Amino acid sequence: HCLQFSSLLLFCFGLCSSWWGGVQMGPPDPILGVTEAFKRDTNPKKMNLGVGAYRDDQGKPFVLSCVRKAEALIASKQLDKEYLPIGGLGEFTKACAQLALGNDSEVLKSSRNITVQTISGTGSLRIGANFLSRFHGGPRDVYLPKPSWGNHTPIFRDAGMQLKAYRYYDPSTCGFDFKGALEDISKIPEQSVILLHACAHNPTGVDPRPEQWKEIADIVKKRNLLVFFDMAYQGFASGDIDRDAWAVRYFIEQGHNIVLSQSFAKNMGLYGERVGGFTVVCKDAEEAKRVESQLKILIRPIYSNPPMNGARIASTILSTPDLRSLWLEEVHGMANRIIKMREQLAAGLKKNGSSHNWQHVIDQIGMFCFTGLKPEQVERIIKEYSVYMTKDGRISMAGVSSGNVGYLAEAIHAVTK
Amino acid sequence: MSVFSDVPQAPPVAVFKLTADFREDSHPQKVNLGVGAYRTDDCQPWVLPVVKKVERLIVEDESLNHEYLPILGLPEFRSASSKVALGDDSAAIKDNRVGGVQALGGTGALRIGAEFLRRWYNGVNNTATPVYVSAPTWENHNAVFADAGFKDIRPYHYWDAAKRGLDFTGFQDDLEKAPEHSIFVLHACAHNPTGTDPTQEEWKKIAEIMKRRNLFVFFDSAYQGFASGSLDKDAWAIRFFVSEGFELFVAQSFSKNFGLYNERVGNLTVVAQDSENLTRILSQMEKIVRTTWSNPPSQGARIVSKTLNCPELFAEWYAANVKTMADRVLLMRDQLKSKLQALGTPGTWDHITQQIGMFSFTGLNPKQVEFMIKEKHVYLMASGRINMCGLTSKNIDYVAQSIHDAVTTIQ
Repeated sequence: HCLQFSSLLLFCFGLCSSWWGGVQMGPPDPILGVTEAFKRDTNPKKMNLGVGAYRDDQGKPFVLSCVRKAEALIASKQLDKEYLPIGGLGEFTKACAQLALGNDSEVLKSSRNITVQTISGTGSLRIGANFLSRFHGGPRDVYLPKPSWGNHTPIFRDAGMQLKAYRYYDPSTCGFDFKGALEDISKIPEQSVILLHACAHNPTGVDPRPEQWKEIADIVKKRNLLVFFDMAYQGFASGDIDRDAWAVRYFIEQGHNIVLSQSFAKNMGLYGERVGGFTVVCKDAEEAKRVESQLKILIRPIYSNPPMNGARIASTILSTPDLRSLWLEEVHGMANRIIKMREQLAAGLKKNGSSHNWQHVIDQIGMFCFTGLKPEQVERIIKEYSVYMTKDGRISMAGVSSGNVGYLAEAIHAVTK
Repeated sequence: MSVFSDVPQAPPVAVFKLTADFREDSHPQKVNLGVGAYRTDDCQPWVLPVVKKVERLIVEDESLNHEYLPILGLPEFRSASSKVALGDDSAAIKDNRVGGVQALGGTGALRIGAEFLRRWYNGVNNTATPVYVSAPTWENHNAVFADAGFKDIRPYHYWDAAKRGLDFTGFQDDLEKAPEHSIFVLHACAHNPTGTDPTQEEWKKIAEIMKRRNLFVFFDSAYQGFASGSLDKDAWAIRFFVSEGFELFVAQSFSKNFGLYNERVGNLTVVAQDSENLTRILSQMEKIVRTTWSNPPSQGARIVSKTLNCPELFAEWYAANVKTMADRVLLMRDQLKSKLQALGTPGTWDHITQQIGMFSFTGLNPKQVEFMIKEKHVYLMASGRINMCGLTSKNIDYVAQSIHDAVTTIQ
């Protein structure tokens, strides 16, 4: 009769319930939650420092002039809307690789890279993760810095990889735990994958210095690790595209055949157009062709081929001399504004009489700053000052302007004194 | 020693290889009947006039920026898309149990839907649930579901080569024999590659069996409007199934009916039992999207959304542009059949006008296809599938003659 009972259950199930009764409610996105709460707040002095998109000094989204000019140029060309190749717009992938590797790159000269257009940085990381999952013969472990961008873990996990970590951020200094990183990396099993943030580490803003990168490259080579660089902020970090790509180029020069994700969301302000690239540096051109063929096989059942608009804009900017110069100026401008806000914030904290060391605010680089605020302090600053940030004390410097940096300094001082 | 020394060379994707070969061919009379994109009578790609208009509006609108869209996409786009599929007066939409996930083309919508089903359908992470795709089907269906994790992808009878039509008996048989809860991928209209759709009566029978056997309905809708020229007619099957109370998915593509191939505009319409279920489903869809592409591209969705949500633009799109495309395809079908009949080409050619949409399954066998390509420089898929859009008033005589020669020379 057990069989009859369960059949009856199934019968009722089929009649009156949904397929989806067992679908759990997904957890709310922590960063979205910050923005939601910010929107509800009526305090006129409120600040949203969760936002991961650049804002100008008036707190507004910034569309780069070079982008508007490129768009006008493109519109005048009356191009068709035919499918792109699976690997994307050729002019874009070429320019994308050149930007990262440098015009004189031996890799480019020997055609031993394959670069495909991807759906911004996320899409690039996912394609890379899928590729490694399918073809990397080494351990399935990907080593992330502690902490790393929140989305790295689920991306690699969904691709079938496993996640481990190496020490990175030192909360006692709000800086780089160089010793800890080297120790941990030296113990990573051979052929594992190690993910490195090329510049402007997210979420801490803490980057290794060049001498430190050299030692990291050395030990990574000794351990025979596969390097996965995530470069989402080239140009946006220091204001100089070559300087920001230094680590990537150094590793390649040292003989590491890296894989690399690039995003143009921040440095060209093309967030919603989803412009990115994924590169595999191979042994030679023949291997690059084989790898390319497999990347296509991976891409086709996800989205067939990538979107044109953003790639066309990026490609136009990179290959039109006037627009490229304008872009370099504008990206320099964005980086400078951030750097200025860092300086003003640190100065403001000092002025308020803070006894703490805020040097890390200036030393850290890129869009984000790990303030060092503890969870209780974060709770207080949100509640009492309407300054919204994520629980880990991370603030987006993009949300800071000359109009509100003074208030921010007051608020941080108030909850930390 | 490279980590990638053992990576094998993958075979090229057939349909793109065909176009590549066509491009390299220098024969003056070459014809490309391969890849599925619309062509004008001059054999040129066609950017819809309404699309040009809307793109200008977008470029000139200084208030627009390039900020991230929400994870699930542009809200106005999602709602307008689902409305196009389900109809303006959809009771399901009024009941707040319909949601959309903006995706990268129809492919993206299928993949997100497949990933969701693998995680949450028929248990949790049940990779053993059978997925049925038609025999034949769009060649990418298999890989979409396989890469989403499904281990058991099976064909259901569909094309009857002997009678050049639907094998409805075989189809029903497979529905009856499929394990309960199996997923069936159904082409909403203009079946790719055969161009052969079930009749309304046949759809009703399919629905009856699927309901009785608890099978999951996943519609692939890539040609709404493009097939017959009528949005309502091309969505009849979808709307019928919704009215019968099915919880279902519809992967929509706007590549063909808006000619927006390279902007990757698609939508996964989710019809749930009630709004509470829908909320939970969409929350999990967000998680899947977040690790795939984070949020979808803006441009194409803006174009479609502006057009669908503005009555004048909608009218221009539907009554003028879509009609132009559908009418030209119908004309080519008509003329190809007439010419083959006039030539006295052996066999029956009624299927050319009975079939619907972009594609026609000619019935040519692989040897005849090879002849067409090598001897006649007329490029078509090995399956005998031709893209009607590749036919023009200037090449149709040559193509008809080539088919005639293939059929009479090669067995």
